[in-house]
Amino acid sequence: MTPEMKAFILLSVVKMVVVFTIIMIGVALLTLMERKVSAWMQNRHGPNRVGWAGLLQPAADGVKNILKEETYPAEANRGLFLVAPALSFIPALLTSSVIPFAAPLPLDFDFTLPLLGRFTWHGPMPMVVADVPVGFLFVLAISSLGVYGIALAGWASNSKYALLGGLRAAAQMISYEVAMGMSLIPVLLMSGNVSLAEIVSRQQTGGPVTWYVVPLFLSFFIFLVSGFAETNRLPFDLPEAESELIAGYHTEYSAMKFSFFFIAEYANVVTVCAMVTTLFFGGWDIPFTDWDRSGGLLPTLATWLVFFLKVMFWVFFVMWIRWTLPRFRYDQLMALGWKVLMPLALAYIMVVAVALYLIERVAGLTAPLAVSLAMLGINLVVAVLVFGLLDGGLFIRGSAQQQRLLQRRAERAETVG
Amino acid sequence: MAIGVKVLKRPERQVSYIRATLKGMALTFKHMFEKKVTMQYPEQKSTDPDHGMPGYSLSPRWRGTHRMLTDEQGRSKCVACGLCPQICPANCIKLVPGEDEEGHRYPLIYEIDEFRCIFCGYCQEVCPEEAIHVGVHFENAEYSRGRFVYDLERLSSQAHPVSTLWDPSDSKGE
Repeated sequence: MTPEMKAFILLSVVKMVVVFTIIMIGVALLTLMERKVSAWMQNRHGPNRVGWAGLLQPAADGVKNILKEETYPAEANRGLFLVAPALSFIPALLTSSVIPFAAPLPLDFDFTLPLLGRFTWHGPMPMVVADVPVGFLFVLAISSLGVYGIALAGWASNSKYALLGGLRAAAQMISYEVAMGMSLIPVLLMSGNVSLAEIVSRQQTGGPVTWYVVPLFLSFFIFLVSGFAETNRLPFDLPEAESELIAGYHTEYSAMKFSFFFIAEYANVVTVCAMVTTLFFGGWDIPFTDWDRSGGLLPTLATWLVFFLKVMFWVFFVMWIRWTLPRFRYDQLMALGWKVLMPLALAYIMVVAVALYLIERVAGLTAPLAVSLAMLGINLVVAVLVFGLLDGGLFIRGSAQQQRLLQRRAERAETVG
Repeated sequence: MAIGVKVLKRPERQVSYIRATLKGMALTFKHMFEKKVTMQYPEQKSTDPDHGMPGYSLSPRWRGTHRMLTDEQGRSKCVACGLCPQICPANCIKLVPGEDEEGHRYPLIYEIDEFRCIFCGYCQEVCPEEAIHVGVHFENAEYSRGRFVYDLERLSSQAHPVSTLWDPSDSKGE
């Protein structure tokens, strides 16, 4: 093994440990944040007894969950029942391995360890656990694996509530996977690349104007909505729907297995927020400056902090929406996914493709800033069309409303005729 | 249409979902910075005179665990007349009267089973000596059931304020 290879493995292991630790601790703290934000939005204090301002609450919850009894339903499928938490937990953590979380750190070392031999590294180290060239596809592929854990949990529990939750989760996640994938094609059209590092660097040229949220606003919107559905967060939390299904797919789970589902859910939230940040908000880019790409320890730390803040904003946004919107009805959820978001995403792909062709080939604009601004103009028109005209009830019209509409139409026809 | 039925005007057209969402988000965000309404219980209590949470005081009609008042010499005011066990609808007061050599009646045994008590406050109303009172108090946790039978010593040693709902000088509540 060459010294370069050994250094690569060493650095990868270090990055793995660091990212895994940060995600696990972060997820634990997110449960606290969720409870705090929920409390504040309801004029309450939230947990504030364990540790300073309740900071040790997640630790207390963890200890409680480890000490609790592991229960197994009598008629449960033992094997699948045990495997399901792991199946939802592993993909949730896996996706975080391809998201670049800071500017590359230039490293230069050459040392020899006893037994292991020589390690050398020259040049920038990408601040991502696995710098795979198809990072984008990897995230889409792995995130859709999470549905197996939830569907199997529902099925293996052998309980009506869990089964209904699992079925809903499967249907919902597969439906929104389509809209989510479609919504990301414009991003690929803009960047011409599926490497997340490359997508980030394309967005950096013009500060916040070239962040893909500006030229591809509708993509961002569709991605965000389907991201909520993918992570089973309100207003799309039908798989757990406390009021109807007790707790949905994890009704029969107790102790640490239950915690695993929770960790998976929060890890998924973090992943979706990190994806929103990476794809639409410039990743670790610090706006209005080129200093963040100059290389060095300080820019790496600063970009890491900026990335963290951006992700935290979207995590907060997820919690904010949770306390703002009520849960969708099942038919509304499916209608929104299949009848609104998917056609919208498809149409948007066409619009973006044609627009990019016209801007880059016909008009000959190639500077990222100019392309971005031209796309912004097109997006304003699209936004007015979508949010002004389509939004009039199309998004969540349920069967009852449709019936009322038809009835009204019939009445009107009667009075006219 | 029946009288008193309010007919709401429903919107003819659907309102924008996006706009409604943004409005809702503004509302929830505003709530984050509003004053918290939770009383921090062990530190703040609704029985404290100035707990800083207006509107969180106990109702003046509150009737909690009993208290037996004592006179200046520290003896209980009770004269063992037997009116309170007589009127008690839950039959929770046990009274055995005694008489000293000067002919003063006093309770040999006076026990209230707080588990049986329904906290109606009749004992306080009926007491001619204003000896037994229901208290303005709610922290009654104990480690055993037996501790909920309050004897005379326990009733006399309690120091919490007593209910002023029933004023003996205005016995008919006028």
